[in-house]
Amino acid sequence: MAWELEADRPIYAQLVERIQMQIVSGYYPAGGKLPSVRELAAIAAVNPNTMQKAFAELERNGLIVTQRTNGRNVTEDTELIETVRRNLAGELLQTFFSKMKELGYTREQIRELTDKGLAQADENEPAG
Amino acid sequence: MSELVEIEGLTKAYDAAHVAVNNITLALPKGKIIGLLGPNGSGKTTLIKMINGLLTPTQGRIKINGIPVGLETKAHVAYLPDRTYLTGNQKISEILDYFADFYQDFSREKAEEMLNNLGIEPSTRLKTLSKGNKEKVQLILVMSRSADLYVLDEPIAGVDPAARDYILRTIINNYNPEATVIISTHLIGDIEQVLDEVVFMRYGHLVLYTSVDNIREQHGKSVDAYFREVFAC
Repeated sequence: MAWELEADRPIYAQLVERIQMQIVSGYYPAGGKLPSVRELAAIAAVNPNTMQKAFAELERNGLIVTQRTNGRNVTEDTELIETVRRNLAGELLQTFFSKMKELGYTREQIRELTDKGLAQADENEPAG
Repeated sequence: MSELVEIEGLTKAYDAAHVAVNNITLALPKGKIIGLLGPNGSGKTTLIKMINGLLTPTQGRIKINGIPVGLETKAHVAYLPDRTYLTGNQKISEILDYFADFYQDFSREKAEEMLNNLGIEPSTRLKTLSKGNKEKVQLILVMSRSADLYVLDEPIAGVDPAARDYILRTIINNYNPEATVIISTHLIGDIEQVLDEVVFMRYGHLVLYTSVDNIREQHGKSVDAYFREVFAC
């Protein structure tokens, strides 16, 4: 399946986010091998040059390392991956808090609502 | 000079009232997938035919790899026309013979492998295939050449979304990174993701030449949406 991309933002930035998410979530585990630029471009159905640009960005921030002979791997630095994960979670929380504030909720109410929401999510999720 | 295609002051006038391409100057680099975009009648196909040496410019010049368009450049340009030149009665194997005979850079193995992946038998006659499969076969023939420049005129017109995805993947998988692919279309949304750069044409004029991510960064909208805005009547 081609990746669903948003229309209003640069494609390469969305590729960076997407691969970052796949690394953080363990789809591509620490130290694991990544597909080649061309393979991943074909999977995503995007331009290989754009994928190359996304890979270069991920190399700059250290999530991807290039082996001279062996293509590209996810970094073995699990601490770095954890940091990126926390940052992503932090951004989500910030967005959530500012939206809730816009809706006029107080800190106490937000806490109460998230607890309720979590309980509900547990119920909806099948056991096991 | 590292530009692959150099177009200078290019004009094609069919007569005084019908100027299909009007004084276009443009340089296209190697290693890119470039969309040639414009409404019907904007001059896309006329420009493409001049790049392929099938029409003679009224004025101006085109060079490919520094060589003026002619016999020599045709050996390095792979062209998918908007209307087929193949006859339906031919078997696919006969068409493969024809291509192998005609183009030194044609890889028969590559074409056969791609046909095999699609489950299309070489003994099939072209006319018995569906519209989507006909388009795919012709694209396979063109992409099995090892050219410097691929020029695809409306490769996705009238095919279903699955065939379109197949065609786009075939383009991505088969062009060599040193080569450039020009894809003309008016269905921008469908191919935007695979393009590096876009050339906008209108009434024979060059309106804009920029990268896809530039448009998205500067205007906060897709090339498709931007195109609709620019060309809104």
